[in-house]
Amino acid sequence: MTHKTYIQDVTLRDGMHAIRHQYTKEQIRDLAIALDEAKVDAIEISHGDGLAGGSFNYGFGAHTDWDWLEGVAENLKHARLTTLLIPGIATIHDLKKARDLGVESVRIATHCTEADISAQHIDAAKKMGMDVGGFLMMAHMNNPEGLLEQAKLMESYGADCVYVTDSAGALLMDGVTERIKRFRGELKPETEVGIHCHHNLSLGVANTIVAYQHGANRLDASLAGMGAGAGNCPLEVLVAVMNKAGYEQNSDVHKLMDAADDLIRPLQTRPVRVDRETLSLGYAGVYSSFLLHAERAGKKYGLDTRDILEELGKRKMVGGQEDMIIDVALDMVGK
Amino acid sequence: MQKTKVAIIGPGNIGTDLMIKIIRLSDVLEMSVMVGIDPASDGLARAKRMGIATTHKGITGLIEMPEWNDIKIIFDATSAKAHHYNWSFVQKYPDKRIIDLTPAAIGPYLIPPINFDDNIDVKNVNMVTCGGQATIPMVAAVSRVAKVHYGEIVASIASKSAGPGTRANIDEFTETTSEAIEKVGGAERGKAIIILNPAEPPIVMRDTVFTLSENADQEKIRESIHQMVAEVQKYVPGYSLHQEVQFDVIPESEPVFIEGLGLRSGLKTTVLLQVRGAGHYLPEYAGNLDIMTSAARATGEKLALIK
Repeated sequence: MTHKTYIQDVTLRDGMHAIRHQYTKEQIRDLAIALDEAKVDAIEISHGDGLAGGSFNYGFGAHTDWDWLEGVAENLKHARLTTLLIPGIATIHDLKKARDLGVESVRIATHCTEADISAQHIDAAKKMGMDVGGFLMMAHMNNPEGLLEQAKLMESYGADCVYVTDSAGALLMDGVTERIKRFRGELKPETEVGIHCHHNLSLGVANTIVAYQHGANRLDASLAGMGAGAGNCPLEVLVAVMNKAGYEQNSDVHKLMDAADDLIRPLQTRPVRVDRETLSLGYAGVYSSFLLHAERAGKKYGLDTRDILEELGKRKMVGGQEDMIIDVALDMVGK
Repeated sequence: MQKTKVAIIGPGNIGTDLMIKIIRLSDVLEMSVMVGIDPASDGLARAKRMGIATTHKGITGLIEMPEWNDIKIIFDATSAKAHHYNWSFVQKYPDKRIIDLTPAAIGPYLIPPINFDDNIDVKNVNMVTCGGQATIPMVAAVSRVAKVHYGEIVASIASKSAGPGTRANIDEFTETTSEAIEKVGGAERGKAIIILNPAEPPIVMRDTVFTLSENADQEKIRESIHQMVAEVQKYVPGYSLHQEVQFDVIPESEPVFIEGLGLRSGLKTTVLLQVRGAGHYLPEYAGNLDIMTSAARATGEKLALIK
């Protein structure tokens, strides 16, 4: 049981959340080169909330996406340069700018029940000659049947791959298995299947491996787990596990270990780990990117971060509704 | 006083809700003709049942009707493409004006409490977007007190209230709203975000407005916002501040980096709104649709009164 894998690094996109989108241009370029030398297959770069995510709502970046992307593609020998776009935040106009900076592949991300808002963007990306992934976020909020229907929509718009995106790090191994099995069984054979995990319940690696075992071939991971919440599936660990299991993959585990410990851990001002707050994200099924915003609101309004996160979960907030964190906090203060 | 006769093109959700508002609430406008292109459409059948004249032959069918002569205002609730076509006919009649609820935006953006007076002679006005109608009054409320560097809005709507037109072209929402934040709201730069939330029961429309302005008297801004909310409430009763206005000072030592503007500091104002629909034809949670039809009706009534 071994099939061709494609590991996409998200340190420079999802990892943005962990440091409030503050990578410098130099850090982005140096990390991209290190990842390329370690032979990851794809490197995703943008604001944590995708192209044009810089805002009061999600946090302004240290640079624009265009500044971060510029000069990276020319330095890559192995990896494909990729980015992410959330319809409703960024537009096709933004995607064209990214393509002109050498981005060859894009993920179009929607909430797990709203795939139809991606039709325009998937189609435009295909017409620009890009490789396109459909990224169904908060996948725990749709059942396996429902998620498959959404995946089929993305496939019908032209997506080359569709992802089970566990943005809240809330899926257990069975939940991943059921969803990936349906995707692999029912999507066209040429449509690839991907998995994107968060480590909030400490299942980042396990869930990624389970997905692989059931036919996912595009696997997301980041150095030292650098990502929203308790982080993503830690890349160096995933590669080590795959090597031990005898699963074919392209990356160099030692180089990844070095980059994780030497380049990434020193940047983690708020530790990226499973702790009371990040575990609460997975436990309550809340969008991992809410973490730092909820911590800030907790501090400002004198509230417990965990209480805010749990209330957001109860109110069924979806990815992108960071503005509702202040709203929830004010409601709690008013009580 | 004699009422001004109006036609609505597009008997879908928006057109039907607007029709009901005019029939039930307006002392100024009289619903004359509902225009569609599909003889089997539910919307045309509904209008007929309510005693309204109809045509299923589009704008050309309307022009052939005896009612056409007396109609002074046409509401276009079709699509951007259809609006271009409809306008190509209507513009030949100098006594008639069109209120465009589509994203076509051939004419200037109009938000009733902000720039109605600037557009009283314009024959074709555009109602921006639902999110724009809900949020740009707040940007303008800050603008009239302090220079706004940047205005950002987040519109969260129930998935069920987003029709196929919105879904198929969500970029139109983001781009049109951003532009209107600048042109009508007075921000140097605008940004718009839209989120669809599928929760059941459906969520009532929520809008959040952030502005970064020069430092100014917070009480004056607060007061200006409360006044503007009251202005909007005159035509959208379900429009309200969900929380008191929030302020944060962004000091010069810790500026934010805004694309297109560079590093900026000043006063951040946060306005958390809720828009509950009137529940005329569309459910109450669909405040996004209600604010469009309410703003269109308010614009039509104002136009009818000044002539």
